[in-house]
Amino acid sequence: MAVDYTKYLRMDKMPLYWCPGCGDGIVLKCYLEAIDELGWSKDDCAMVSGIGCAARVTGYVDFHTLHTIHGRAIAVAVGIKMSHPDKHVFVFGGDGDLVHIGGNHLLHACRRNVDVTVVLINNWIYGMTGGQHSCTTPPGAKATTAPRGSFEPTIDVCKMAIGAGAGYVARGFAGDPTRLKKLIKEGLEYKGFSLIDVFSPCPINFGRRNKLGDPAKLLEHMKSFLVSSAKAKRMSEEELKGKFITGVLHKDTEKPELTEAYKSIVEKAQASDEYWAKYVKGTLSESDKNKITREELKKLYPYDVETPLKQWKKL
Amino acid sequence: MGRIAFLNANAAVAEAALVAGLGFYAGYPITPSSEVPERLSKIMPEKGLPFMMMEDEIASINACVGASASGVKAMTCTSGPGFSLKQEALGMACMFEVPLVVVDVMRGGPSTGLPTRPSQQDIMQARWGTHGDHPIIAVAPCNAQEAVFETIRAFNLAEKFRQPVVLLTDGSLSHLHTKIYIPDPDEVEIVDRAQPEVDPENYYPYDYNYEVPPLAKWWTEDGKSYRYHLSSLIHDKTGFPTVYPKYAQWLLERMHNKILNHRDEILKYEYYKMDDAETCIVAFGSTAEAARVAIDQAREEGIKVGMFRPLTIWPSPEEQIRDIASKVKQFIVAEMNLGQYKLEVERIVGGRAPVYGVSQAAGVLIRPSQIYDKIKDPSKRVEIGLTEEELKRFGGGE
Ligand SMILES: Cc1ncc(C[n+]2csc(CCOP(=O)(O)OP(=O)(O)O)c2C)c(N)n1
Ligand code: SF4
Ligand SMILES: [Mg+2]
Repeated sequence: MAVDYTKYLRMDKMPLYWCPGCGDGIVLKCYLEAIDELGWSKDDCAMVSGIGCAARVTGYVDFHTLHTIHGRAIAVAVGIKMSHPDKHVFVFGGDGDLVHIGGNHLLHACRRNVDVTVVLINNWIYGMTGGQHSCTTPPGAKATTAPRGSFEPTIDVCKMAIGAGAGYVARGFAGDPTRLKKLIKEGLEYKGFSLIDVFSPCPINFGRRNKLGDPAKLLEHMKSFLVSSAKAKRMSEEELKGKFITGVLHKDTEKPELTEAYKSIVEKAQASDEYWAKYVKGTLSESDKNKITREELKKLYPYDVETPLKQWKKL
Repeated sequence: MGRIAFLNANAAVAEAALVAGLGFYAGYPITPSSEVPERLSKIMPEKGLPFMMMEDEIASINACVGASASGVKAMTCTSGPGFSLKQEALGMACMFEVPLVVVDVMRGGPSTGLPTRPSQQDIMQARWGTHGDHPIIAVAPCNAQEAVFETIRAFNLAEKFRQPVVLLTDGSLSHLHTKIYIPDPDEVEIVDRAQPEVDPENYYPYDYNYEVPPLAKWWTEDGKSYRYHLSSLIHDKTGFPTVYPKYAQWLLERMHNKILNHRDEILKYEYYKMDDAETCIVAFGSTAEAARVAIDQAREEGIKVGMFRPLTIWPSPEEQIRDIASKVKQFIVAEMNLGQYKLEVERIVGGRAPVYGVSQAAGVLIRPSQIYDKIKDPSKRVEIGLTEEELKRFGGGE
């Protein structure tokens, strides 16, 4: 059945900000289909983004949304998730945002296995600022800051995330929306940190400068770097050099999720302290509250408790 | 019923934050502030509250902004270098207009500076550390007991004005143990952010009808869900970006006015023996305690000297300082830096009286004797007042 996208979008914010041929809209569509299939209520969903073209997603989805600063969305999301473990928290962002400037936060969110789903729109470039090269720009590719081609090696974000301990890691492609939706959905369902690295075209600021301004041509070009996980199994290490594997690359069903781990710390802390256990459960009796009266306290400590407060209040 | 405890100002801040209703803490360790998270790491799980040590100071304050935006009182704590790292997100908190308390236990700078030594070198960083025209509130208690009350006040101001508040202590105050009283929430005023009277459909996070628009909790206790957008870009009443010049100007002016028009609620200060004073010492934090001793000593000799002590550093108490300027012969600003607040006092005094400084950035407290010497002869430079014996304990040197 067709999905009613308008249910999830802030239709008064249309038209979309992105250039024609941009992959961002495709990724958003796949994501909304996944949300729809899961039947999650908008009221339970929070999305955070940093700054960039991809980060503009938060403006369109009708959730609790924060459009924060460049590179820090994942850290912001951790604060939300820890405060509201029962809600769904997502991050959308670009390669520059989440991997380059914000790489440290990504790394540690992976390690913590916090239940946040990150959709990384990896277009190999700083799109928004006009096409400067990023940590994912292929060597030799041209950018406004690399007129002779980038001389830096790139990073395989998924390998990094797996190494850092992420619970769910997948790579998708904007040119294959059917599979992309499945990968995102599985990530959303996963209880723990999930990263979906999506190769997505930026025809304007990556394509044009590399004679790939035609979005279809750019998609073909990006696809030439991709190998499905099934096919990759049959390839040698040599053959896999410079290739990026798509599909679910890692799924750890054993690793504890962060808010769950914290919950067990809370239980431990409260078990060790009868008073607080009652306090939290709201079962403190009047006699518990008045275990020490003010008069007793005054006798115990010959310290004038009222004066400092009164003096400060007078200031 | 409150509690008596023997604590340093770091622990006092932690305890007071809980009284004020702290709901989320995120930080990164740094001397001389680490007792704050250490204490909270024990207590917060007992209360079922989230506590996080993040990967850096940037992550810490960003996590706090996320928690606060969603409806929880949040705090982060650091010292100079970490405070520098937090600046960009502090600006976001100003722009979002989310309540937040940032504790800066000042140590000697610049850079790694004097990690274990006290300073007051972040006065201007607290004011102008983040870029762009933004309002800020900063408060500075002078002892551990006052740190308790000022922490609670910092939370209240943050909630009331939808504004990040910086709490400035220093490396000496933060480690000095004293007996303090930690009140119960019902003994002090606790402010919670105003909540909208309208339903989610009619709610605007920057409603033009308010100077401080209510900041809706995302998920209310009665089961409502306020879905809205906050952006670090210049925004209109809906929270969505705009480049319309009129809205940009409005936003920044309202953000400033909500603070500057309410100085009477934000400012806190103390006049000490100022009634007949001819010399006014301006001092805050640890330095104020030294000034008090020096003033008492000078008074015994009949010298007419008093102190004006701002507890609220920013916005500065302009009216009060201007008023003093019309009554005294001279000012002496004593501070553990090279004259940062002195600049502000000079600006306000505007040449009506000479402003002298005891400006010491040596990583040691300013002594009463130094301030006393300055009272005796304001034109004379005050040297670092350490004995040979004390100097030996510092080691190093040339
Ligand atoms: C601290 C900071 N540094 C730099 C910028 C400028 N800036 C804005 S967006 C951006 C790059 C975005 O690239 P990416 O995250 O890949 O997103 P895309 O636009 O490609 O979707 C940069 C460098 C900024 N806003 N803040
Ligand atoms: S610049 Fe690139 S990434 Fe940005 S909207 Fe245009 S095509 Fe998309
Ligand atoms: Mg990009």
